[in-house]
Formats: sequence, C-alpha cells, structure tokens
Amino acid sequence: MNIFDKENWAEIFSTIRKNKLRTFLTGFSISWGIFMFCILLSAGNGLRNGMLSNFEGRAVNRINFWGDRTSIPYRGFPDNRVLSLDERDLQLVRTQVPEAGEITPRTSNSVTASYGTLNVSCQFTGVNPEFKYINHIKILDNQGRFLNDIDMKAFRKVAVINEQMRTSLFKGENPVGKMFIAGGLSYTVIGVYDEESWGSQSYAYIPLTTAQMLYKKGWGYNNITLTLNGLQTEDDNTAFEKRFRTKLADLHIFDPEDNRAIGMWNALQNYLQFIGMFNGISAFIWIIGIGTLIAGIIGVSNIMLITVRERTREIGIRKALGAQPSSILGSILMESIFITSVFGYIGMFLGVGLGELVNTILQSPGMPEETASIFRNPTIDVPVAIGAMIVLIVSGLIAGYFPAWKAVKIPPVEAMRAE
Amino acid sequence: MIKLEHINKTYYSGAPLHVLKGIDLNIEKGEMVSIMGASGSGKSTLLNILGILDIYDTGNYYLNNVLIKDLSEKKAATFRNTMIGFIFQSFNLIGFKNAMENVALPLYYQGVGRRKRNLIAMEYLDQMGLKDWSRHLPNELSGGQKQRVAIARALIAKPQVILADEPTGALDSKTSEEVIQILRDVNKEGMTTLIVTHEHSVAQATDKIIHLKDGVIENIATVGE
Repeated sequence: MNIFDKENWAEIFSTIRKNKLRTFLTGFSISWGIFMFCILLSAGNGLRNGMLSNFEGRAVNRINFWGDRTSIPYRGFPDNRVLSLDERDLQLVRTQVPEAGEITPRTSNSVTASYGTLNVSCQFTGVNPEFKYINHIKILDNQGRFLNDIDMKAFRKVAVINEQMRTSLFKGENPVGKMFIAGGLSYTVIGVYDEESWGSQSYAYIPLTTAQMLYKKGWGYNNITLTLNGLQTEDDNTAFEKRFRTKLADLHIFDPEDNRAIGMWNALQNYLQFIGMFNGISAFIWIIGIGTLIAGIIGVSNIMLITVRERTREIGIRKALGAQPSSILGSILMESIFITSVFGYIGMFLGVGLGELVNTILQSPGMPEETASIFRNPTIDVPVAIGAMIVLIVSGLIAGYFPAWKAVKIPPVEAMRAE
Repeated sequence: MIKLEHINKTYYSGAPLHVLKGIDLNIEKGEMVSIMGASGSGKSTLLNILGILDIYDTGNYYLNNVLIKDLSEKKAATFRNTMIGFIFQSFNLIGFKNAMENVALPLYYQGVGRRKRNLIAMEYLDQMGLKDWSRHLPNELSGGQKQRVAIARALIAKPQVILADEPTGALDSKTSEEVIQILRDVNKEGMTTLIVTHEHSVAQATDKIIHLKDGVIENIATVGE
C-alpha cells in the first residue's frame, strides 16, 4: 500500500466522509485527550513558574546569620549570653569559608524620614556595595546608582531608596539628588531600586560604614549575609551549616551543638525544600496528564475496535471483489493515522493556544502584580505536546492493527455474514 | 474451465459437519449451469469454494487449469479480482458508496485510475439500464436495481467465471426474470456462469442442472432433453 498514491487517499477520504459520526467521535477523544494533557501541564507549569518567580529577585544560594543568645553553658560561660557579630566574624567568613562568594555585613535601624511636610517611617539598612549582587538589586532606569566604595570610605550620608519610599515621600518628583531628613540628619538620595518584597514599607540602603558609625557607635553588625557556591543538595547544605557553626563556636566560644547561639537563615535550604515540593506537584500533574492521555488512548482503541467490527462485512465484500489484505489493512491504518494526526493537532493547537492566551492576559498591564507571583507563563513545551500526540497516534495504530488484521484473516464468506 | 476432483469440506463449529463429500465436477468454458438442492445440501459451500471465498479440505480444484489450493491471501485476492465475478443473494453492496462507486470497486483493486474506472462503471450501469441511478446509494434502490448494480460490479473486471448465489432469492418473480435474462445475455458473451438456486424456473433457464443432495452430486440433467 503506497501512502503517496492519490487513489488510496481518495478511497480513505470517501470512507471518512461517509462515516462522519465515527470520525468525529474518534477525533474528539483524541483532541480532548491532547487538549486536557496540554492544559494540565500548562497549569502546572504556570503554578511552578509563578512560585519560582518569588525567588527570582534574590540569590537562592544565600545564608544570613546573626548573633543571638547561647542556650548551653560552655567552658565556664553561663547560658543566655548575648553574642554580637563584628569585624572578626567578617574576617572569619572571608578567610575560612571557601564556599563564600559575595559577603556583606548589615546593620538596620528604624528611622523617621521627612521631606518637605511629609514624614514616613523607614527601615535603614547599612550594607556593602556587594549587596547589590547578593540581593539582585535592580536600580530603576535613569534613577541613579547603587552604593559604591567611595560612599563607604567617605562615610557619606547617601541613601538608595525603594519605590515605595519614593512614592510616599517624594510623590511624583524625581528623588535622585534630593535631600531628606532622617533621624535628625540629612541624606542625599543617590538611587531608586526595584521593589521586590511584597510589603509596602519604605526601605533604604545606606553605606555600611555610615550606618555603623551613626547607629552602632562604630562597632559590630546586626547580621552578615553571604552567597555560597558549590552546595547542591540539602545534605551538602546541612554539612556546611555544621562546619560553619563549629567555626563560629570557636570564635565566640560557645558549644558547637548550641544551635541557638547564632541565628541562621538559609535561603538555599528553603529553596531546595520548595523545589522538592514542586517536583512533587509536577509529578502529580504528570500522573494526571498521563492518566488523561491513557483515557484518550482507551477511547481511540475502543473506537478503532468498533470501527473494525462495524466494517467486517465491508472488509469481506472488498475481499470477495479481490482486495489485497495489505490494501485493506493499509487503508484502515492510514485512516487511523490520518484522523489521530489531524485531531491530535487540533487538540494540541487549542491546548497550547489556550496556555498562550492565558499567558498574554496575565502579562497585560491591567493584571495585578500579585497574580504573577502565583501563576505565571502557563505554557507547555511544544515537543512534550508533540510527544503526547505521537503516543496517541501510535496507540491508535496498534489498537487498529490487531482487530483489522483479525478481520482481514477471516475468510470472506464469514466476514460477509457479520452484521 | 472448472474442474473439481473429489472435493471434501467439513465445518468444525460444534459438531463436525461434513458438507461436501467428494465432489467431482467438470464445467466447460461458456457453459451456463445451475446447482440445485435442498437447504444444507452444500450448494452454497460449493459455490464459495469455486469463488475462492472459502477453502476446501481435500481434493483438487482447477480453475482455468490452475490448481487452486493453499493459495496465499495475495494470490487468492488476485484470482478473485480477475477471474471471478460474484453475485450474492443479499447483493453485498457497500452501503456508503453509490452505485457507480460500487461497480467501479474491482477496478480500484486493479489499480485503474478513478476517472477511467468511473467511466467504465457508467458504461456497465448503462447496460443494466441504471445510468440515471449511478449517484444513488444502495438503500435508495429497489431489490432488482441493487442486484443489477451487483451484476455490473461482477462483470466490470471481465471475469471468466460468474458465480451467482441465489441471485433471485430476494427478488419478486418479475424482477427475477429480468435478472435471469441479464445472466443469460452475459453467458452468451462467453462467460462461464454458475447459478445456485432452489427455484425451478431459474434452473430451467440454464443449460445444465446439477442436483446436490447431502454433499454429493445426485445427478446432472441437461435442460431441454
């Protein structure tokens, strides 16, 4: 049976045309299977992308630690001793933690900022210029710069403010270069950065040195943040934390088992747990998707079975008229492939298209920003959709082949007797 | 044309049923022969074996001096297509194809192009007086018309043998006569014709009547003697 023979296709099309309901039912189960498969996976992807976007702004390989109170007496020191971070901790991280990437100490202070007649309460955080890379801080276009080394050395009273602060303190004005009063001192705005937290508080970054001098009497840090390289798994991570705590315990003289002496927030661990959870959700969605696909396969198989049964008599007649078995088998299989391909394509087109449509709507300007952190880019990889389609086509083929082969093998007399 | 040597056929659905018990038969080219017998005498089975629609167990069947035995499906299909024209009691037209397409089907399996085979099919329908009905589906035709479409289909491949299984069984007496007349005309053109029937009027229209009883040939009578 030649698949390029026009005559064969004409014969197949005439069969399809004359059996519209059957063709439609087969096609519908295919389209529906593929469509649902695409929709499910798209929705799963959307949920995943949305959740992952919450991590986008920050380096996920980040650890933040701060001095807390000891909970275990150690080497003559009582418990409940307050630990503070200072230069020595910074030095320790710089020299004894090979995994460390960018490092910045931080010290924070709440102040009241005023500009003209307006007052807002504001969180001032003193950081190094490297903080820009740790937190992926984006300075808005034409809105100045982030802190630099000269700001640090000169103890400049400059601030990089967030969008919220710009809105509430400067209203519509371009704040860059403007001065405002905070805690009785005047600061110059040198930049505005992109808001990435959900809160609506005013934040500003000032040079660490300035913050230290003004709010910490020139000594110590609230906490130290650093990025970590080369940690892949949760086990790596736990092991690293343990090593790190031991080093800090040496420095501050506390029991290495005392986990409360140094507070630690590990974004990577958080991230890994999150990824784990989402892999679970993905797997679940895949299982449902494959289930849908199997339902489609069963639908196709069923209809192919019925089709062949229904056509047994016709097959008998055709054989009596001299049809070659291969010709009959070929035409049934080609019809099956044709229907599954066309309707599979329709289902895939609609499924992928709906995903893209929802994506377009989500990205339209009218959409609240919060939506993007829950559901984003709900689309499916086209190769995955095509793969699903091929699976359906092949199963349709197999489902058609065996009954068709059986029907072809029946002597024509018997086949013609079938109803 | 047709030579049968001791053909045996047994059906094994449930209790074994020995349908044909050693049939020997010789039919010359151009003969018109009818096969008569009671229900279950094996006449349809015999015809199906002659038409290679069914297989026999033992014996030899020569069609046009070719031994028809243990043929591959492919070969059997070719023989059915080129050597034999079959006419059935229940017409066996394909319901979703119109009269012309039904008639043209054997030529499709010979690889004749659509345009050409439809043209030939129209000629044959015209011969049967059905030119105006060529676009009708089988269920829009009367019994006589359907049988004439089936005859046109049997003839279109210009076979050497026409096998008709109760061709008038589903028709009234008037249309029966018409159909028999057509078959006679076909036979006059030189096609060997075998008709299975239980109607004497049909049998009387043939040259020779083979009486079958319980799987054996009872006698062969020549009509008009």
